[in-house]
Amino acid sequence: MNKPPFEQLVSRHGPAVYRVCRALIGPVDAEDAWSDTFVAALQAYPQLPVDANIEAWLVRIAQRKAIDHARARSRRPVPTPGIPESGSSNGLVRERDEDLWAAIASLPIRQRQAVAYHHLAGRPYAEVAELIGGTPGAARRAASDGIATLRKRLASEVQKGQ
Amino acid sequence: MMEYDRVVADLAEIDPPTLTRLHQRLEQRAERRDLLDVAFRTVDSPVGPLLIAATREGLVRVAYEREGMDAVLQTLASTISPRVLAAPRRLDDAAFQLDEYFAGRRRVFDVPLDLRLAAGFRRLVLAELTGIPYGSTRSYTQVAAGTGHPRAVRAVGSACASNPLPLVVPCHRVLRSDGSLGGYLGGVQIKRTLLQLEAAAAAQ
Repeated sequence: MNKPPFEQLVSRHGPAVYRVCRALIGPVDAEDAWSDTFVAALQAYPQLPVDANIEAWLVRIAQRKAIDHARARSRRPVPTPGIPESGSSNGLVRERDEDLWAAIASLPIRQRQAVAYHHLAGRPYAEVAELIGGTPGAARRAASDGIATLRKRLASEVQKGQ
Repeated sequence: MMEYDRVVADLAEIDPPTLTRLHQRLEQRAERRDLLDVAFRTVDSPVGPLLIAATREGLVRVAYEREGMDAVLQTLASTISPRVLAAPRRLDDAAFQLDEYFAGRRRVFDVPLDLRLAAGFRRLVLAELTGIPYGSTRSYTQVAAGTGHPRAVRAVGSACASNPLPLVVPCHRVLRSDGSLGGYLGGVQIKRTLLQLEAAAAAQ
């Protein structure tokens, strides 16, 4: 069995890793965390066993890099909102985006992680549990509680906006 | 359920420029950290898309579409290093010179070459091929004689067929002794096109 060229990892898993980073720490820091993740992965890649679960490995690195960025941000003197200053040109889309990132940022970290790893990166609950601790059943509940809270918050934001 | 799907879809949405930007930053950082063992890109040409790849030492691979881009990248990953990344910058010179070549404005390639994919006798054949001037041809027999192994005509043919750097190391300038084209790793039609291009440019 041959190890695929690293470019294949970037094209296959890059989007999922970006979604995970963005859900964990917001769109502003997500790009740094993404590139930290892939630089670290590129460095370690030759030593990775050929039969390793590549996406699980990348998500694990992304989790570590996202936590590093969240810590660095919390140490900064002036708190900045985790939302890009200039983004999409469509005001309605932007408003919905801001609500979305604010909503996910307000979730407890375990729920945020469970939603990101399971729903955005497609990791099974057994793997999610390994990443966040606890049982697969607890990981499943964290993900579904997280989704339920997001659904409620975003539904009420839509009503407020009308 | 619909709102659930909407939430996940919104969390998953990425605009394509974001992915382009992320990839470019990865290329830059990989280069700075000296992690770019093999950089590659594709270039368009009159003989179809070409994949070109370079190590730190130099251009290591030129491949025609019919060789299968994925297969070529997999071979580079297996034989050189799995740290293979689409990173066009290292290949700017090579891409530019290929453009000039196809426009009839370049006769000799001037980029560092990494010949590690050709060992032993094959390497000897590549050195011999490099000496065939633009616009002229040799026979497999002549090339074999040039290497000092006059009976190794078939081995010269197979070295040409597995040339890791076609175009740049001009195996297309080698014909059968009877003047017929012989084979070509990019397909015999491409060989004909290249010889016509060189004959026309050399006549001017």
